[in-house]
Amino acid sequence: MDPGLVQNLAVLVLAGFLGFVVISKVPNTLHTPLMSGTNAIHGVVVLAALVVLGLGVEGVFNKVLLVVAIIFGTINVVGGFLVTDRMLAMFKHKPAGGADKEADR
Amino acid sequence: MSWLHDMALINSLYIVAFALFIYGLMQMRGPRTAVAGNWVAAAGMGLAVAATLLIEGMGNWLLIGLGIAIGTVISIPAAYRVKMTAMPQMVALFNGLGGGAIALISWAQFRDTAGYAHEPVHAVIASLFAALVGSISFWGSLVAYAKLQELLPGRPMTLGRAQQPVNLAMIVAAVAAAIVITTGGASGWWMIALLAAAAVVGLIVVLPIGGADMPVVISLLNALTGLSAAAKGIALDNTALIVAGMIVGASGSILTSLMAQAMNRSIPAIIAGGFGGGTTTPSSSGGSDRPIRSTSAADTAIQLAYASKVVVVPGYGMAVAQAQHAVKEIATLLEAKNIDVSFAIHPVAGRMPGHMNVLLAEADVAYDQLTELDESNSAFPQTDVTLVIGANDVINPAAETDPASPIYGMPILTVHHSQSVIVIKRSMSPGFAGIDNDLYYNPKTTMLFNDAKTATTDIVEELKQL
Repeated sequence: MDPGLVQNLAVLVLAGFLGFVVISKVPNTLHTPLMSGTNAIHGVVVLAALVVLGLGVEGVFNKVLLVVAIIFGTINVVGGFLVTDRMLAMFKHKPAGGADKEADR
Repeated sequence: MSWLHDMALINSLYIVAFALFIYGLMQMRGPRTAVAGNWVAAAGMGLAVAATLLIEGMGNWLLIGLGIAIGTVISIPAAYRVKMTAMPQMVALFNGLGGGAIALISWAQFRDTAGYAHEPVHAVIASLFAALVGSISFWGSLVAYAKLQELLPGRPMTLGRAQQPVNLAMIVAAVAAAIVITTGGASGWWMIALLAAAAVVGLIVVLPIGGADMPVVISLLNALTGLSAAAKGIALDNTALIVAGMIVGASGSILTSLMAQAMNRSIPAIIAGGFGGGTTTPSSSGGSDRPIRSTSAADTAIQLAYASKVVVVPGYGMAVAQAQHAVKEIATLLEAKNIDVSFAIHPVAGRMPGHMNVLLAEADVAYDQLTELDESNSAFPQTDVTLVIGANDVINPAAETDPASPIYGMPILTVHHSQSVIVIKRSMSPGFAGIDNDLYYNPKTTMLFNDAKTATTDIVEELKQL
């Protein structure tokens, strides 16, 4: 077997366990922003489109497919991070009395 | 400047990028650090894109720039204009586009390399897996989006008895196409067949799912897109894709199972058939002519003003009517009278876990006024008035008492244990799950028939006059 593949599989398995550990302790309240945040992160697929198009493909139709893929991926990333920020900004915002409550804790 | 295009440098930048993803996600576990965490992850993404563009031999700059520019121009206004109530379908749509991107990349590669000729076999298998799952995720997410956006009816739509066989046949067809392609020299039609079969699977798996199960499905599709991205990373030998995709795959699976637990639904059961598809009739028959008691906004205001402890149970109806600001005003007016007010949040209130918290935070309700399921339920016996606004299935006592009910066993807010219950609801029509609710016929319960916005605004006016 290709040694590069073995390494990649090792990384894959470790990343899987890491994903479980990082997320398992999140309060219910943050589940929606978190789903949205992880959604933005898998927009990383845009890298695949960049590599495949950037290293060159033949044919107009193939190029169109890849440009559409870049558009989709970019929307996934940019839109994903922006909506997550909008959701999270609401948790940060506290009324004037908020500072006192914080001090009480 | 050749060192700039060195793969060692690019891979090192990838390591920094995925370290930022992970650190960002870790910060997103607490409400105080979450905003910064999101931007840390976004910075990681920017770095990963920059590193990719440094790869030696990159070209087609014009097309790359065009794609990124169009994507950015579309997504910024979309992200800023979407209402908080429409967030779940927006996440579904973004998720679907990610899956669609993977399917398109795999297809373009297939066409460009004459059916993945000269590719190592593991790369072919990984690419086909990515294409299959990406296509399922794309079409499934589009259906989820259309249902939540009410472009398609929210009720379950099934093929009836043909549902499971068709499902199975399509999966077999997709796998068969994948095997033919792996053996080499397959014509382009096999790849199209694979993508189309996966598309049908995505459509017919999500179409029968009712609105109540939708959050679980969106989360599941999110996890699938992550796995698909990880597979694409294996095929392209790209570490950033593998790590980021797999973390999303794993965390998405955890989120999915947490949500399914909160609704006491098993994930296979959700996938296998729509919520309440044809099984709800026994519990919903014969309830319509039982007596109910209705009340007015003025009476509700008086009842609330003379209570010492009030619990508000917000549901999706409140969110749709944009009534959260009026609800917050009610809470403020009552607190001015030294009445203890809290908000009981069911884990799946709204359309995603935490969705209701986001909406109430938008209306400036303090974080510590929100109570979760167990805490709320132990407080109901000491509660004078429970005000239910646009919630239905999450307060249905049938979940505890009626084994024939489709929601039997789902954890509910036990509002029927409080001294009195006021339910604001538009009409007697059943909720998402399509099940009648015995709570409305309980002698403790009074109904205030109106949409949530009008009803709560009226209560605010009446409270001010007291």
